[in-house]
Amino acid sequence: MKRKRKPKLAVWKFASCDGCQLSLLDCEDELLALAAEIEIANFPEASRAVMKGPYDLSLVEGSITTPHDAERIQKVRRASKRLVTIGACATAGGIQALRNFKDVKEFTRVVYATPDYISTLDKSTAISDHVRVDFELQGCPINKAQLVEVISAFLNGRKPNTPAHSVCVECKLRGTVCVMVAHGTPCLGPVTHAGCGAICPSYDRGCYGCFGPMETPNTASLSDWWSGLGVKEGEIVRVFRSFNAYAEPFRKESEKHEE
Amino acid sequence: MKNKTIKVGYLARVEGEGALYIKVKGGRVTDVKLKIFEPPRFFEAFLRGRDFAEAPDITARICGICPVAYQMSAVHAMEDAFGVKVEGQLRALRRLLYCGEWIESHVLHIAMLHAPDFLGYQDAIGMAKDHPEIVETALKLKKTGNEIVSLLGGREIHPINVRVGGFYKAPAKRDFAPLLERLKWARDRGRELVRWTARLPFPDFERDYEFVALRHPDEYPFNEGRLVSNKGLDISPRDYDDTFVEEHVEHSNALHSVIAGRGEYFVGPMARYSLNFDRLSALAQEAAREAGISPVCRNPFQSIIVRSVEVLYAFDEAIRIIEAYEMPDRPSVEVRPRAGTGYSCTEAPRGSLYHRYQIDDGGMIVDTKIVPPTSQNQKTIESDLWQFVPDYIDLPDTDLKWKCEQAVRNYDPCISCATHFLRLEVEREQ
Repeated sequence: MKRKRKPKLAVWKFASCDGCQLSLLDCEDELLALAAEIEIANFPEASRAVMKGPYDLSLVEGSITTPHDAERIQKVRRASKRLVTIGACATAGGIQALRNFKDVKEFTRVVYATPDYISTLDKSTAISDHVRVDFELQGCPINKAQLVEVISAFLNGRKPNTPAHSVCVECKLRGTVCVMVAHGTPCLGPVTHAGCGAICPSYDRGCYGCFGPMETPNTASLSDWWSGLGVKEGEIVRVFRSFNAYAEPFRKESEKHEE
Repeated sequence: MKNKTIKVGYLARVEGEGALYIKVKGGRVTDVKLKIFEPPRFFEAFLRGRDFAEAPDITARICGICPVAYQMSAVHAMEDAFGVKVEGQLRALRRLLYCGEWIESHVLHIAMLHAPDFLGYQDAIGMAKDHPEIVETALKLKKTGNEIVSLLGGREIHPINVRVGGFYKAPAKRDFAPLLERLKWARDRGRELVRWTARLPFPDFERDYEFVALRHPDEYPFNEGRLVSNKGLDISPRDYDDTFVEEHVEHSNALHSVIAGRGEYFVGPMARYSLNFDRLSALAQEAAREAGISPVCRNPFQSIIVRSVEVLYAFDEAIRIIEAYEMPDRPSVEVRPRAGTGYSCTEAPRGSLYHRYQIDDGGMIVDTKIVPPTSQNQKTIESDLWQFVPDYIDLPDTDLKWKCEQAVRNYDPCISCATHFLRLEVEREQ
């Protein structure tokens, strides 16, 4: 069936490192083909041209950390038929959500050059805490093949094919020997959402959970295994408190190990 | 007559969120503000109490475009604190990783963010319709840079293989074989890219900058050297805090950095090149000469040529490193944390990136300072516009605005980087 017009794609940035939207520009083999199929209507990192909404698909990078951004995301939602969050900041608050665990007074006590110049919220929150989200693509950063899959799925009105199993399955698929079983290396793979392709274990390193929690992870059991490997409580807190610190299963597990 | 305000509400084709405000009264510029409204993310605050070994992975998240730079400055600062030296092939692999990042970051900027300004396109997609060969080639060159980072780092963005003391896993010599062939192809195309950028139309604009960059006795700088300038600066990164000061201005969420008692300065490819032309490979020097730029370049619009010369150098250097590579016995050297302070400057694609960490005897981070390149260039960018705008004041507003944006993009500003080290007051959510 012939389309009447090209679907309009918008990319929005909130508090983030730019890496997830860069993944789109890192699709060196697909970028020009993609641009032929869709209208890049709002993507400031790549183009000066800005088209008015509504947009068929909005990709949202970054977390909400300022009063201004809390309003802006509402406008983005209203202008978007479908809204997909990309990356750990947008889906879980990102590394900047580490502020959420601190007493705000601890921050304000620090002496700043001219604090009056700045306004910020005391929590970094996921996009879904503010507006309805149609799909969340996890990862810090996201995997670009998954990004292409998600864009393609939404433009064709189907469900994205992004497996919800753990990183362990990906290790088995690529034939990597389990670093925890074989070498006693602590690994977050058993509780971490698949999508990266299990990179860390293939580089002789334990997974550090940058894709965030899988569905229904057994974090308590994994913590027991880590303790058995000699990992101290404080380190378990830090391990669950990194790029997806405010994702609920990781947040709760980290709190259990706090004194 | 000739009163106008140039406002760019959201600067496009830069990394992060920034705006530009210029006020002209009676034909004279009366105000220039590069506004950075990217929300701050408190990295310096939450690094406190983290383990030293976490710094490379955490600070990488300051910037998705140049994560390798953050990892390199972090590991070198930690090694400085602990008295660790990483040498031989492991040291060479770190240079190789940086080559990959310079290539992907520079080519992205040259072809996709900067070149469209010179040729009058809104973006590279539009440019690709009329100049498919240059955009397609650039994408392939960029991909080759990303392949270096992926092979050595595990993935392009936020690589996972870098650690204090070296790497988690060192590649085998044979792993590089397919990449080496593509790098040789890319080096030839890189030479053509220099020629292509040299043919772009450049405004006649020069300023007497103070260039600041690392300088190493033998090499074009990546990870080591003294911080020098063309106006007499010559210091160890350990003396950084005595030399540079940061000022907080109202219109920016990033601190402005200046040389104490002297003022603004310039970091990035043009500074590196102008201070280290003699350290470039013969091929890169030859390409620069052929392109008609002198060993000291003071026209910031020509930074696009300088970047392509650095891309060519990075291909050349990557090939040299891979050809001389022998797999080391161990992927990292032993690291024993001890209390102390470590300092490092490395050359990010956009210029010197300073990290300082104070570590306690348990290996935990007590205090951090990070100064990214873009915050160092903010004042210089504004000064460029003060001088640049009067020459183009008669252009129609839309054209003048575009020219000003181009003048900002000369610096490939990374606003995401510039913001994240700022300390702030917190407003309570109701």
